Amino acid sequence: MTTTSTTEAPSASGHLADPDVNYLNNEYGIKSWLLSLDHKRIGLLYLIMTTVFFVVGGIGAALIRIELMTPGGDLLEADTYNKMFTMHGVAMIFFFLIPSVPAVIGNFVLPIMIGAKDVAFPKLNLLSWYCYMVGGGLATFAIIAGGIDTGWTFYTPYSTTYANGYVSVALFGVFINGFSGILTGVNFMTTVHKMRAPGMTWFRLPLFIWAQYATSLIMILGTPVVAITLLLVVLERVFHIGIFDPALGGDPILFQHLFWFYSHPAVYIMIVPGFGVMSEVIACFSRKRIFGYSFVAFSSLAIAVLGFIVWGHHMFTTGQSIYAGMVFSFLTFLIAVPTAVKIFNWTATLYRGSVSMESPMLYAMGFMGLFLIGGLTGLFLSTMATDIHLHDTYFVVAHFHYVMVGGMVMAYLCGLHFWWPKMTGRMYSEVMAKTSAVLIFMGFNLTFFPQFVLGYLGMPRRYHVYPDEFQILHVASTAGATVLGIGYLVLFICLVSSLINGAKAGPNPWGAKGLEWMIESPPTPHNFHETPVVTFEAYAYEEEDTLLPVPGDGQTTGAVSH
Amino acid sequence: MSSHSENPALQHHFDDLKQQYEAANMGMWAFLAQEIMFFGGLFSGYAVYRYKYLAAFIEGSNHLPIFWGALNTVVLIASSFTVAMAVRAAQLGRAKSLFNWIISTMVLGVAFLGIKSIEYADKYHHGLIPGANFTYDSPMAGQLKIFFSFYFVMTGMHALHMIIGIGLMIWLIPKIRRGAFTAEYYSPIENFGLYWHFVDIVWIFLFPLLYLIGREPWIQL
Amino acid sequence: MSKDFQLHPDLASTFAWQVDSIYFLLIALSVLFTVGVFTVLIIFSVKYRRRSDDERPKPIHGSTALELAWSIIPLFIAIGVFTLGAEVYFRMYRPPADAIEIFVVGKQWMWKIQHPEGVREINELHIPVNQPVKLTMTSEDVIHAFSVPAFRTKRDVVPGRYTTMWFEANQTGEYHLFCAEYCGTQHSTMTGRVIVMEVDAYQQWLGGGVSGESMVDAGARQFVQLGCATCHKAESGGRGPSLVGIFGGPVQLATGEIVTVDESYVRESILSPGTKIVNGYQPIMPTFQGQISEETLMQLLTYIKSLSESE
Repeated sequence: MTTTSTTEAPSASGHLADPDVNYLNNEYGIKSWLLSLDHKRIGLLYLIMTTVFFVVGGIGAALIRIELMTPGGDLLEADTYNKMFTMHGVAMIFFFLIPSVPAVIGNFVLPIMIGAKDVAFPKLNLLSWYCYMVGGGLATFAIIAGGIDTGWTFYTPYSTTYANGYVSVALFGVFINGFSGILTGVNFMTTVHKMRAPGMTWFRLPLFIWAQYATSLIMILGTPVVAITLLLVVLERVFHIGIFDPALGGDPILFQHLFWFYSHPAVYIMIVPGFGVMSEVIACFSRKRIFGYSFVAFSSLAIAVLGFIVWGHHMFTTGQSIYAGMVFSFLTFLIAVPTAVKIFNWTATLYRGSVSMESPMLYAMGFMGLFLIGGLTGLFLSTMATDIHLHDTYFVVAHFHYVMVGGMVMAYLCGLHFWWPKMTGRMYSEVMAKTSAVLIFMGFNLTFFPQFVLGYLGMPRRYHVYPDEFQILHVASTAGATVLGIGYLVLFICLVSSLINGAKAGPNPWGAKGLEWMIESPPTPHNFHETPVVTFEAYAYEEEDTLLPVPGDGQTTGAVSH
Repeated sequence: MSSHSENPALQHHFDDLKQQYEAANMGMWAFLAQEIMFFGGLFSGYAVYRYKYLAAFIEGSNHLPIFWGALNTVVLIASSFTVAMAVRAAQLGRAKSLFNWIISTMVLGVAFLGIKSIEYADKYHHGLIPGANFTYDSPMAGQLKIFFSFYFVMTGMHALHMIIGIGLMIWLIPKIRRGAFTAEYYSPIENFGLYWHFVDIVWIFLFPLLYLIGREPWIQL
Repeated sequence: MSKDFQLHPDLASTFAWQVDSIYFLLIALSVLFTVGVFTVLIIFSVKYRRRSDDERPKPIHGSTALELAWSIIPLFIAIGVFTLGAEVYFRMYRPPADAIEIFVVGKQWMWKIQHPEGVREINELHIPVNQPVKLTMTSEDVIHAFSVPAFRTKRDVVPGRYTTMWFEANQTGEYHLFCAEYCGTQHSTMTGRVIVMEVDAYQQWLGGGVSGESMVDAGARQFVQLGCATCHKAESGGRGPSLVGIFGGPVQLATGEIVTVDESYVRESILSPGTKIVNGYQPIMPTFQGQISEETLMQLLTYIKSLSESE
């Protein structure tokens, strides 16, 4: 909303003309995509490739679940099973979860949200996608050429000395992929600091930006540590130097320290941007400011900072000193506080709002439920007494799937549905979208809730065969996974078919606030016709919807509303 | 924001050169923070093992030639000076002098790598390279292997950063000759300078940690 | 080790109910929060549902009092649960002095167990009921984890060092033993049974074992065979320090540092003798790294410990 804006509120179905030239049609040809410096196109490149890796990881998950329907090893050999769960973990964590919200949604909306024409370093942005591609290519090669069976955690000395296969190639792939995250982090942090439009002060930023900022901090400070650690494993495997080898007096536990120093914060790389998405969507579909804006903003930073000092809670059973264990446990409990604050604030945002359950909001509600359970079961694991029993069991598997899939993937899908009209200019079928949201929610619970019970019964992770008495719960879990799979399929069909026959979305189909909803859908190559001047706070839902003016014709974006 | 300057160095997505300069600068610092964590991982691994195997690490230090290490320190500090002068020349828009200072920095960087390769070759002859040729005979051979593994990974990573730095200079030189940098636009030179200083500082930590601390007096016990 | 479907595992050690009580408390808290938040969400979603597209609700910026309340209350709950968990963890960490000591070596993919009386078993652990048992464990290859869900405890088994765990079984029966840390291809078959027996039955079982030589005797034999006895004489004046009465006490090193002689120190001194030289001695001992098995090392350790238990 700039001072010159004088339009009436355009309705969601308003007859706003599409821009003649948008970022999708300003250039054609494969080269115009693969060499594009446009943050929006790079976001879409990431979208396509993360989806590919999601499918790869999903195939692994499907095979794992089918194998576990019976206690014996009927479908897969032990070695194949181990390769499948490693593939599932590596593809999902390093090549889907970590890049999904920051690199797909973040790339697309972050510059627009702050009123910038692009990220600060468009070439680095493209380079980061290529790092991702090279890393992903190496990891895929390792999987196809013979597989890796170390698990995604690559614990030494198994990974350095005992594992067969293409571990070094896969590790090097993950190492290269790390640069993708680092470059994205550097880029976003600089962009938020230096590229904000005039008037866009820190406390006018949408909370998604705060969340992305906190995430960038973790990417910059955490990723290099795991990069050097994995590189040391590669050097130890390839050149037989000795860093972690117990036969030389090396310390395999040191690897775990260095690995979790990144990989715990990495959990927040995955989930914190999801928090950002939640804030945008919940505000929009209850037409309210986020309750306690600054608490929500700072809780993201608090989580990012605390996330760096809790890594030892992955190692309560390694025999680390009892006092180290106490400190790590206590700090872990502290993280519960900013997380709880977010949940309560989002809930309070609905109070006296105007709540509308369109599909993004349905996903947001699903996120709230699943993430709440995921977060609360985290308490079972940060409590040392119960963690000793639950460590490395299916309880842990269930917990992080509730946080990562129930929380993060739901948030990602929520954001994808929310910004899809902006990205593509098209609306999807609301019925299909809602159906998939409900299927995913129900299938997810059926898949992973039984695993909490299994975990407390003592069923260890990464077991190819298991005692008979666990079978009933495993069958339930597999049944749930089937529903979950169908849900994802419906979602995929829903979004793809919208590209073919979806209705035109118009600039602001949800009646949402924020700079990205004041420009055309899909946006023009430089997002804004001229740099916007921001005079409003985030989530000013009590005010009328407005569009940015197009210079020259004295009218709003694209066309007049009446 | 219509005050687009005519400077060809201004990229389309920035409003003005000042914004572009500040962004480049901030990006470089964020990148260096990342570098600190990268080497930080190595340094903390080194610290853990040094604490565990003090005697072996001191014995290892005594196999490193102080002379070459010290000479390399001098070379690198000199290169920090030349690169600082290069940045100064760029700020003042003196292209010729900028070119000369960058070339001197490059020569010093190559000299550093030359000296380093003398040391590496020496290690090879003495059988002190884990994985390639490690024939150390001592009850603490395993722990010394850890020490030398750290020595090679740390100095190797440092050398890799030097090589990247030299590569950056090779990339900058044609631009300098073309006169791409002016008193208004010199942030690539300045950011390269920051990078080079950082690589120097890493060495300033590596030299005492690997070569110096705990040396002679200890070994006589 | 029932074959029936269960929702809750057997309780077979003194830790079990302690862990379970915290578990149930956490379940109660989780249900409370989940139901609470969801009830509020549903009420708000229905009560404040959008009735017309023109609605523009009045903005609410927040409430510091509420924010503080829902920051501080969870904080206190967190501190409370932390304290409960830490207390039980402390107990799990500290074996009682009178515990029976049993030795465990993990390797891909089996558990090798040695009782002090000399009996050895594979993938099975027989223990007496109502007596604390301490396991001293190490691995020959990769990291494993010794996990007995019915006892609610587990501990990683790490190559190159000793880890310990203890428990006191209070129910006779057979329970699952799992390797909980992924250790390679046949990880899921690195399982076994823990058999908790009445004390009499246990004694009888021990008597029926194959080996007649106790671990201390075996260690004493190795001590001579490996040549340790040549330098480490019972009285002082040997080329190496005497090992009588040293275990559990402090010793001053050549560097001036003072360390406690515990399992790890003895292990390190045998495998890597140059690392921590006792003050006043020369670093002349050869390394035994790669020359003796983990089992032999444990026998030597038991023997050295026995030299400090005579009085």
